[in-house]
Amino acid sequence: MIPAAFDYYRAESAEEAIALVGQYGDEAKFLAGGHSLLPLMKLRLAQPGVLIDVGRIPDLAYIREDGEHIAIGALTRHRDLETSDVLAEHLPLLAHTALYVGDSQVRHRGTIGGSIAHSDPASDLPATTLALGASYVVQGPNGRREIGATDFFHGFLETAMEPDELLVEIRVPSRRGATWSFQKMRRRAQDWAIVGVSAWQNGTDNGVALVNMGSTPILASSVSSALAGGASPAEAAEFAAAEADPQGDLNASPEFRVHLAKVLVRRALEECAG
Amino acid sequence: MKITVTVNGEARSADVEPRTLLVNFVRDELGLHGTNIGCDTSSCGACTLHLNGEAVKSCTVLAVQADGAQVTTIEGLGSEDALHPMQQAFVDCHGLQCGFCTPGMVMAATSLLDEIPNPTEDQVRSGLKGNLCRCTGYHNIVAAVLNCAGSNK
Repeated sequence: MIPAAFDYYRAESAEEAIALVGQYGDEAKFLAGGHSLLPLMKLRLAQPGVLIDVGRIPDLAYIREDGEHIAIGALTRHRDLETSDVLAEHLPLLAHTALYVGDSQVRHRGTIGGSIAHSDPASDLPATTLALGASYVVQGPNGRREIGATDFFHGFLETAMEPDELLVEIRVPSRRGATWSFQKMRRRAQDWAIVGVSAWQNGTDNGVALVNMGSTPILASSVSSALAGGASPAEAAEFAAAEADPQGDLNASPEFRVHLAKVLVRRALEECAG
Repeated sequence: MKITVTVNGEARSADVEPRTLLVNFVRDELGLHGTNIGCDTSSCGACTLHLNGEAVKSCTVLAVQADGAQVTTIEGLGSEDALHPMQQAFVDCHGLQCGFCTPGMVMAATSLLDEIPNPTEDQVRSGLKGNLCRCTGYHNIVAAVLNCAGSNK
């Protein structure tokens, strides 16, 4: 399968990419690693008339400490998250989650920015960054703005970004010293999660988010409140699906997803508790 | 669009449609048929080659994205007279049955050993999870990769 024809532009800077998308409007899509977009284009589920390749923009692939935060450039590949010393120290949950994205070939191409901007609720990195309290920096024609992860995901493949905005940076508070767990239920090793759970804990401070339990990644606030109030992992896990609205598909009914969420949240919290 | 890609050490230029996939570029434009098309949906790994030294699925990369890059295909890894050690390990361990997945397996396996020179069996299995063998000959494929890693010591 070969995608439908499109015009291709290679942006040399974020500003140029944003100007191009302003010029071509709804017809245009940004291309980074291409591992979400190209499969959709090959299946004709997406048929953009213009691709703006942002993959070579310099200075958008980095992982660095920035005060209390870790700043991650949007073009940072999954492989680079996996192997980052900075993440190993400050955000091992994020590095570990990256290891579960697709397979090694996919991780050599796919980017954290692409995964988050694509906003597939079955993807792992949106949920993990949501659990960690991240915010996303987007750049548009009038400059940059920062959107909290809790305000970013609006629906299936829909975000708070305007069509002429480009995700440029992911900012995550350092969680150095926290315990953490990532749980992923899938049929085959390279598959998307049927249900996934990202969790971290540091004293009463904690974060829990769910993969594929609704039209967006889901922050399990009720679990967090219960934990902070002294509930055991098993007690807190009973609230796993309180914020969720899971869909049924070939892999799982909504009821099975709720069951899985409770089991996986309990396992995650037990692992966090040591 | 005019692109130049260094394939197996040789600069190759062509005028391609932007929608041309890298796998079609190497197969149809350059005549390098060792890179197979299996599922064509980035699941099976038959089309794996090295882009700037790392394994990628060439059915999910546009040729224009590889402009200026270094590509190595199975033809560039070894020759019939001088097999790459990974190819020799697949021969020695009978790591293939029908052979269709083999080029992709070998390219994924060499990339894996570049990143983890002495992997455990679990790391080999995890590292090759993006490559499917429809003959289900995984046992000897994993043995071949471990054997090659051992001989690299």
